[in-house]
Amino acid sequence: MSLIATENVSVSYGANNVLHNVSLAVEPGEILTVVGPNGSGKTTLLKVLIGAERPQSGRITRKPGLRIGYVPQKLHIDPTLPITVERFLRLPGGTTRAACTAALEKAGVPGLSHRQMSALSGGQFQRVLLARALIDTPDLLLLDEATQGLDQPGSAAFYLQIEEVRQKTGCAILMISHELHVVMAASDRVICLNGHVCCEGAPEIVSAAPEYRALFGTGTGGALALYRHEHDHTHDATCTHDHAPQDKQTEAAE
Amino acid sequence: MLDDFMTRAALAGVGVALAAAPLGSFVVWRRMAYFGDATAHAAILGVALSLALQISIFAGAVAVALAMALTVTVLTGRGYAMDTLLGVLAHSALAFGLVAVSFLSGIRIDLMAYLFGDILAVSRSDLAVIWGGAALVVGLIGWRWSALLTSTISAELAYASGIEPKREQLILTLSLAITVAVAIKVVGVLLIAAMLIIPAAAARPLSRTPEQMALTAAAIGSLSAVTGLHAAYALDTPAGPSIVCVAALVFLAASTWQGVRS
Repeated sequence: MSLIATENVSVSYGANNVLHNVSLAVEPGEILTVVGPNGSGKTTLLKVLIGAERPQSGRITRKPGLRIGYVPQKLHIDPTLPITVERFLRLPGGTTRAACTAALEKAGVPGLSHRQMSALSGGQFQRVLLARALIDTPDLLLLDEATQGLDQPGSAAFYLQIEEVRQKTGCAILMISHELHVVMAASDRVICLNGHVCCEGAPEIVSAAPEYRALFGTGTGGALALYRHEHDHTHDATCTHDHAPQDKQTEAAE
Repeated sequence: MLDDFMTRAALAGVGVALAAAPLGSFVVWRRMAYFGDATAHAAILGVALSLALQISIFAGAVAVALAMALTVTVLTGRGYAMDTLLGVLAHSALAFGLVAVSFLSGIRIDLMAYLFGDILAVSRSDLAVIWGGAALVVGLIGWRWSALLTSTISAELAYASGIEPKREQLILTLSLAITVAVAIKVVGVLLIAAMLIIPAAAARPLSRTPEQMALTAAAIGSLSAVTGLHAAYALDTPAGPSIVCVAALVFLAASTWQGVRS
């Protein structure tokens, strides 16, 4: 059975219809990337999945006993709040010191336990968030634009880390990205969301072709891939959202 | 030993400091300083109502402070910013409270005692109310500590861990109302926010974890209460403001020390 599934989920804030009949499911062990432009309801979808937002209609089914690890988009810890990495990892409780050390190692930042959270760099901070999500050995890892603020080699390194986590722990990963065309190469599936599910497919693995190399720069280690949108539907004139294709080829295909 | 008014005053001050320390830390972390201030101002209406209805000041102050805090929480995000709502509600409550007190001509009321506190007049039963309220606040916050801390850092992280941040917010609001009500006698409504914020702010540079900060704030608050009382006795100054002055000096010393160290 799926780890988590939504069935015709709709969410609106007042007159603003944010999610409309969204159905998707995450299978054990898969990497699913959800892409979509700003305001397409990606973060709302994630909030629905973690239970922070109640949909007006539709159903959410979770596998009984599902453990979710959540890596938020951005986390601001007020400078008036002193907190070490280890104390942060042990929130809200029930975690041992050894588990913290192990999780930091899994996330690729061993030995940070005694640093203050405010003293971390952007990349270290993201990995500590990842470590916290990994601490309870989750079945499903949810990442909300986790590479925001990282440069391309930085996000590539982060993606490789995620892939390694999947290999080692076997947990499923649902990742949200505002990048419409560049996704994590290891994604098994990509879903394009724009209020509703626009299209779904597999990413194209970036080959060694020089034009791809030029696009992604060096040092990304094949962690990034392209996703070609194949939209098989049209929208009426009242629909404002944009299905901008990334090149002429797909425009012709539409 | 409780026969001595200075002992009773010191115990009252320490009681308030102990409740204010963990709560004050959350007030600082969540940037609720103005919220604390506003709740305290509104409590004067509670005082006026309890005098008129002849119920206990504690009950009246808790009820009005809680009503104010809940109204602000419910109304926030409906067209008004939080600080505008607080300004409207808190100062209206304060003004209505002051006007209401003036109608109570039958009773001689020393309004100054409620605005600035009257710690030297603390009775045994006051002491019981203060320590009972303080124990309740410390108990509530201690019980919800991890959940409160998680929701303070991020509401989404809290949801993902199965914590309901709105419920935790309610616990803080309730604790704030209780603390305001028990502190009226000690420092008065105008200086309650100082007892919440100053010890916590002074503890910040001396701490590495949230727990350390709350405990250090408790120590600084208690020290300020006892030292301030003795200073007030020796120098013949008002007791409540003297306590706050000592806390402010500790804050100055702690932030200077931090400046020198870094």
